[in-house]
Amino acid sequence: MTSTLLRRLGPPLLGGLVAFALMSPANAAEELRIGFVAPTTGIFAQVGKDMVDGFQLYLDDVKSDFGGAKVKFIVEDEQGKPDTAVTRAKKLILQDKVHMLVGGLLASSGYALAPVSSAEKTVYVVPVSAADDLTQRDLPKYPYLVRTGWSSSQPSHPFGQWACDQGYKKIAAIGADYAFGYEVIGGFQRAFEACGGQIIQKIWPPLGTKDFGPYIPTIRQDADAIFTLMVGPMSLQFPKQLAAAGNKKPVIGGGTSYDEFVLPSMGDEVIGHVSALQYSAALETPKNEAFVKKYRAKYGKVPSYYSETNYTSAQMIHEVIKNNKGTFPGAEAFVQQLAALKLDTIRGPVSIDEMRNPVQNIYIKKVEKKKMFGYGKDELWNTVIKTYPNVSQFGQFNKDEFLKTPVYSRDFPPCKFCN
Amino acid sequence: MNTQFWLVQAFNGISYGALLFLVGSGLSLIFGVMRIVNLSHGSYFLLGGYIALSVIWTTGSWLLAIPVAALVVAVLGMAMERVFLQPLGFDPLRQVLLTVGFAFLFQQAALDIWSGNNFDINPPDALTRSIVVGGLYLPLYRVFMIGMAAVIGLILWLVMEKTRIGAAVRATVDDAQMARGVGIDTSRISMLIFSLGALLAALGGVIGGAFLGIYPGLDFEMLPIAFAVVIIGGMGSLGGAAIGALIVGLADNFGKALFPELSYFTLYAPMALILAVKPTGLFGRE
Amino acid sequence: MRSQHIKVLIVVAALAAIAIIVPNTNSFVILLTTRALAFSILVMSLDILLGYTGLPSLGQAAYLGVGAYVTAILATRYQFGLGYDFWLVVALGILLAAALAAIFGLLAIRATGVYFLMITLALGQCIWGLAYRWNSLTGGDNGINLRARPKFGIDLADEVTFFYLVFGLFALSLLLMYTLVRSPFGQSLAGIRERELRMKILGYNTWLHKYIAFIVAGGFGGLSGVLWAHTAGIVSPENVVLTTSVDALLMAVLGGAGTLVGGIIGAIIVFGLREYLSTLVPWWQYVLGAVYVLTILYLPTGLMGIPERIRRRRALSGSRKAIKNIAPAAS
Repeated sequence: MTSTLLRRLGPPLLGGLVAFALMSPANAAEELRIGFVAPTTGIFAQVGKDMVDGFQLYLDDVKSDFGGAKVKFIVEDEQGKPDTAVTRAKKLILQDKVHMLVGGLLASSGYALAPVSSAEKTVYVVPVSAADDLTQRDLPKYPYLVRTGWSSSQPSHPFGQWACDQGYKKIAAIGADYAFGYEVIGGFQRAFEACGGQIIQKIWPPLGTKDFGPYIPTIRQDADAIFTLMVGPMSLQFPKQLAAAGNKKPVIGGGTSYDEFVLPSMGDEVIGHVSALQYSAALETPKNEAFVKKYRAKYGKVPSYYSETNYTSAQMIHEVIKNNKGTFPGAEAFVQQLAALKLDTIRGPVSIDEMRNPVQNIYIKKVEKKKMFGYGKDELWNTVIKTYPNVSQFGQFNKDEFLKTPVYSRDFPPCKFCN
Repeated sequence: MNTQFWLVQAFNGISYGALLFLVGSGLSLIFGVMRIVNLSHGSYFLLGGYIALSVIWTTGSWLLAIPVAALVVAVLGMAMERVFLQPLGFDPLRQVLLTVGFAFLFQQAALDIWSGNNFDINPPDALTRSIVVGGLYLPLYRVFMIGMAAVIGLILWLVMEKTRIGAAVRATVDDAQMARGVGIDTSRISMLIFSLGALLAALGGVIGGAFLGIYPGLDFEMLPIAFAVVIIGGMGSLGGAAIGALIVGLADNFGKALFPELSYFTLYAPMALILAVKPTGLFGRE
Repeated sequence: MRSQHIKVLIVVAALAAIAIIVPNTNSFVILLTTRALAFSILVMSLDILLGYTGLPSLGQAAYLGVGAYVTAILATRYQFGLGYDFWLVVALGILLAAALAAIFGLLAIRATGVYFLMITLALGQCIWGLAYRWNSLTGGDNGINLRARPKFGIDLADEVTFFYLVFGLFALSLLLMYTLVRSPFGQSLAGIRERELRMKILGYNTWLHKYIAFIVAGGFGGLSGVLWAHTAGIVSPENVVLTTSVDALLMAVLGGAGTLVGGIIGAIIVFGLREYLSTLVPWWQYVLGAVYVLTILYLPTGLMGIPERIRRRRALSGSRKAIKNIAPAAS
């Protein structure tokens, strides 16, 4: 009996031992697995592509070698839905065993992915999702989160000051009806009203609106200017429909309303529109010119801020891994080191504040039609007309007082002048 | 909220309704003749837009794009009807499910062929201006949409009322068995109507593309609204589709402007109530 | 009938297999299976309507939505449902969903066939519209994040523990539904599906039968929603969008309408394709679409209907043989 047993069990046992020996985990320093969550299908697919391309361009520049570690870049499709983002993130963490999670597009995706990073004790690097509270009131809940992009209201604070300096007194705001819209417009309102301006109207078309017919006629005629916050397909349609309705007022807006992801598809109706963001493809620095040329040659389009922020995030991750001689120092140490970084990047000097959000330049940019960087054709570019250096997520406001007030929402700041 | 506000909103509602008429009339006819709920109708709308884009990119002509896109999708509809729907015979549930399966296939194919970018169909410059009537700015493109819908509606009505084939269609809608009894080839009528429905949806996509944009997800966004039009107006009735489109266009517009929190509810609640009372819709024939 | 007992045994064995094998695989498979099980309660509830009563509904996702949103709102706004009161939330989810079905049923039950399809579509869209735009209650597009899973003696944050909970409730739902369809009430439902007119003539109150079936289906949908909220950790209007109802309908047909277990089979296939295959090949959506189309064309009774078809073919060829033997010249 025993001999039969041995004969039966022998081969599989031996095979098992061999397999076990071969399976012993490779040196952790050799491979750095980065899980990337972006919408590669669905209505934000183009944005998702820019996100992936930006990160990938950096990887190609350094041949996927981060100071000795070989980067394995795994991209998962979140389809622009927070639900799906969570499932994909879990797959990346549980199945692919990634060292860190990067990405998420919408603010709602950011709010959905952050708890996953805490629960699974995995680093979450946020290049795009701009939800304010991720690095403000909710920060203690997310010890593994570091933002390398921006917070929604960050550009709005200096922008509000700029609007006062232009002499605008009354502004009507219209923005997408979700967290990102509330925060961009809220930040602008706080800053604009702090220097004497008045927001006299706030209109909120649902995210994804294409027909602004119901909303445009309700814009108050006594406004000096219109502030718009549009994303995705809305950015394309709104200025057109606004111009067709006969608008003559100056138009200013959030950075995503005129970002390069949509600018090439826009027409002359947006010339003269002003917005604020931490990046513009028309930034006239040698670093940016090289980046734009390289990106355009490879992907056939001018890089958007989505491309730049992912490129820079990859660069920052590289810095940290390089400082650890090509090994991943563990989640807590990685977060600490990333948060202590100061780097000169394509968008300018970037450092991370004590609440793990970048401190960086904010550029006020105006849409102009011209030739740039030696390209032959006249095209639409976001020309930088003013730079505010060293802007943190709290802008010109005191951090503690800021945090005592609630997060920007539909009703905060309250619309005192909306009669 | 002065008169200007009401007038502009009404104009916007009517122009949106014009677009909905194009999408809804096809769906209504398909239902009337074949008694199937075509859940790939939104896909035809989207494909019409995408094909128009391809035509514009290769030939630069927006004018050419309109008939080409409409015809290509009509042929596609005809093929789907002949090859897949017809063999199923009269089995509404299976036919419905089949159209959904195709909707998913079309969606993926569109993503693969045209990528996930958001596009805009740019009409000729002449149409991007606005005319000023009594102090109101009326975008010419919206006027064009209303005009197109009116012309197409008129042509459809003439065909339905004044031609023999139109009579055959009406007979089939009223009572398919009877129609067969008097020698009408209802199978051919089905094929014709299905491709016509697809053609109208595609036209909607081309014309609507300049107005809404063309992007993945548009197919399933348009679908419930098209159904609202058909249900409110009545299944199988062209006039009903026109009225339904008008009602939906205006309700949607005013709902969003006046009651933003309930805007979709104000659209679908009446639809449900109408169905509960008269399952075939306001002007539906049964 | 013996064949019935064999079927039951096979199902029980399969369920036991799932319960034993899955917890020993990796966390992602556990997660996927949990999702499929939670969603399949909805699919089975749809099957009661579709397969047993003959009512095709395109709005079942509304009941999942009710269960899910109730759970999410109570958990985040009132800190309710995270301890033993989880079971209260389950009860509440079921009751509220059933109540909604009671209201909607009044509007829908008079219709049949494609009209029923349309009206349930409209009603489902009403719920979607509310979820999407009633920002103050539902958080609108952002959805609601459930920060933690309930803890009552056992910690549901552990994937395996949670799997067992969902599995247990799934098995319980299957058992309850099975008892229902095998009962006299269930048999009258089947009668209504086959020939409603005849049932009416025989004196059955068909409206009431259909109405009750609708409410029961709604209740189970609510249960599915409560579990779904905790499985996904986030509730958003996506849960009640039209395509979710369509998904449920397709899963029911794929697995086999009128078989109950067809629901879980359909769910596992679709979830598997969607989540698993999608990470391996980019053209998985074509596979899914093709599976639907081919099933509808050639396998209308779904996968669970295959044994029946084989049996029928055998019986047919058997009777043909018999005829040949009796009357060789006539065949």
